[in-house]
Amino acid sequence: MTDTLDRAAQDGQGRTLDAAELAAVRADFPLLQRTVRDGRPLVYLDSGATSQKPEVVLDAEQDFYTQRNAAVHRGAHQLAEEATEAFETARHEVASFVGVADDELVWTSNATAGLNLVAYAMSNATLGRGGDAARRFALAPGDEIVVTEAEHHANLVPWQELAARTGATLRWLGVGDDGRIRVDELDTVVTDRTKVLAFTHASNVTGAVTPVAPFVARAREVGALTVLDACQSVPHLPVDLAALGVDFAAFSGHKMLGPTGVGALYGRRELLEAMPPVTTGGSMVEVVTMEQTTYAPPPRRFEAGTQMVSQAVGMGAAATYLAELGMDAVAAHERHLAGLLLDAVASVPGVRVIGPTENVDRLATVAFVVDGVHAHDVGQVLDDAGVAVRVGHHCAQPLHRRFGVAATARASAAVYTTDEEIAVFREALAGVRTFFGLDEGTA
Amino acid sequence: MSTGMEQLYQQLILDHAKHPAHRGAQDAYDVEVHHVNPTCGDEVTLRVRLEPGEQGAPVIGELTWTGQGCSISQASASVMSQAVAGGSVEHALALSDDFRELMDSRGVLPEKFEGDGLAEEMEDAVAFVGVARYPARIKCALLGWAAMKDAVAQASVTTTNPEEGR
Repeated sequence: MTDTLDRAAQDGQGRTLDAAELAAVRADFPLLQRTVRDGRPLVYLDSGATSQKPEVVLDAEQDFYTQRNAAVHRGAHQLAEEATEAFETARHEVASFVGVADDELVWTSNATAGLNLVAYAMSNATLGRGGDAARRFALAPGDEIVVTEAEHHANLVPWQELAARTGATLRWLGVGDDGRIRVDELDTVVTDRTKVLAFTHASNVTGAVTPVAPFVARAREVGALTVLDACQSVPHLPVDLAALGVDFAAFSGHKMLGPTGVGALYGRRELLEAMPPVTTGGSMVEVVTMEQTTYAPPPRRFEAGTQMVSQAVGMGAAATYLAELGMDAVAAHERHLAGLLLDAVASVPGVRVIGPTENVDRLATVAFVVDGVHAHDVGQVLDDAGVAVRVGHHCAQPLHRRFGVAATARASAAVYTTDEEIAVFREALAGVRTFFGLDEGTA
Repeated sequence: MSTGMEQLYQQLILDHAKHPAHRGAQDAYDVEVHHVNPTCGDEVTLRVRLEPGEQGAPVIGELTWTGQGCSISQASASVMSQAVAGGSVEHALALSDDFRELMDSRGVLPEKFEGDGLAEEMEDAVAFVGVARYPARIKCALLGWAAMKDAVAQASVTTTNPEEGR
């Protein structure tokens, strides 16, 4: 207990999780109790890909189906009322978790869908849909969309496609040798021609956390919209999207202890109100005649068709679970884990980190390469010790190309990760080059 | 280390990965193909030149490849090229089917791979039976074979139409 309190004080970030709290957290995650590969305790270091789920999330989904299941926002019966209340309560839980108003949060099937929603709404605005109010979203040849070299494909490909559809030009900020986005390029790459600045809050590869303020400031100077990929930040850091001042932000449920099949898109109210719909059909309309349709106000304008209600309820439960732990404490715990991961990787000869090596403004997500051993083979050796890491390009091929590698292995922690797990990871990593006959044992 | 790992990374596989056969880029070729495994970024670029064999059936006269990727993908491309180079296209495709069967075996050696039934060229390929116990790695082992199948299919079309040959 004393150790963790001292640690928190050193981190300067207030409270962290003490040993008893961490043990209680782990007990909430049934899957973490299982073994893999002939009885080895699971060491799950792939939370950057998807997180495990606490029982409260599973219970929330089950409770919805066993007690409240009905179509939401229609029907006058009691179940319909209760289902609608569960759905909208979940929206409130997730919206307040990221510091925004309930009607500024649109349910999406995942973060990719949220980013595509913005891109296609801009496409539709370019075609004249949404009228004068939507003209601010229209693009034309000569306009520019700016992304970064650090993006997950989900925050790159939709903008490539939008550029191709509208004649706009795609430009990007580079990544420095330290794995961080070149903030110094903002003034030259983001110009009066820039209409959209889309960037990640935290890299899913390097773990680098982006300083949002200079991006928002520069975008405002030139009148560009900002779109934040918050998939990796929301599960691990206290995030207040309204305070950050971005125009749009997307994140997913399954990376923040919630279910798959659900995500959220934040949009500033005045922007969502002016934005034309993308997916059209039931539930998102006001008056429909055979000739034309008027649309519901946001967020429902962007939620056509039957929604993923049970998953939304699960995502709400996940947000509440994290909020009750306290995101300051979660972040402090994970900052400690980031230090351990960096130390572990640095202690093994022949292993190189791709990304920031200092434990400053970074997540407990560490990508690395092992000299002479392909990432896939690294992952297999770690797996044999029960350690689950991700291998490959992590849906960020340009970033890997930037560092001249086709693939990396990536260890990513979450709130439930322990010091002991990282010790197991370190020991397994130390055996990789030995296994492939590249040097003597160093463990 | 588990027995699964020992079977997966048999010495023969590690040796092929370190000293791959037919690695290179021949000057004369009918077709070049580039295959990737999009989940992990493994790549194989393969060139093939067909020759008329006995009774006119096409034979793989020369086959070389370059690539990057995990030891399984690189070793498998090496074993594949040794198995098929110099043989008929028809035989190469039959061996490819055999290898596919091996990959679908879940790690239990199919009967045809035991004893005399096994084609001599496939002796090294049997080492990959351990891969079949790791579903995520099967694609790695199939990469080189898939490139070869694609290349000989394209080359068969090209070489029967001399106008399009190189």
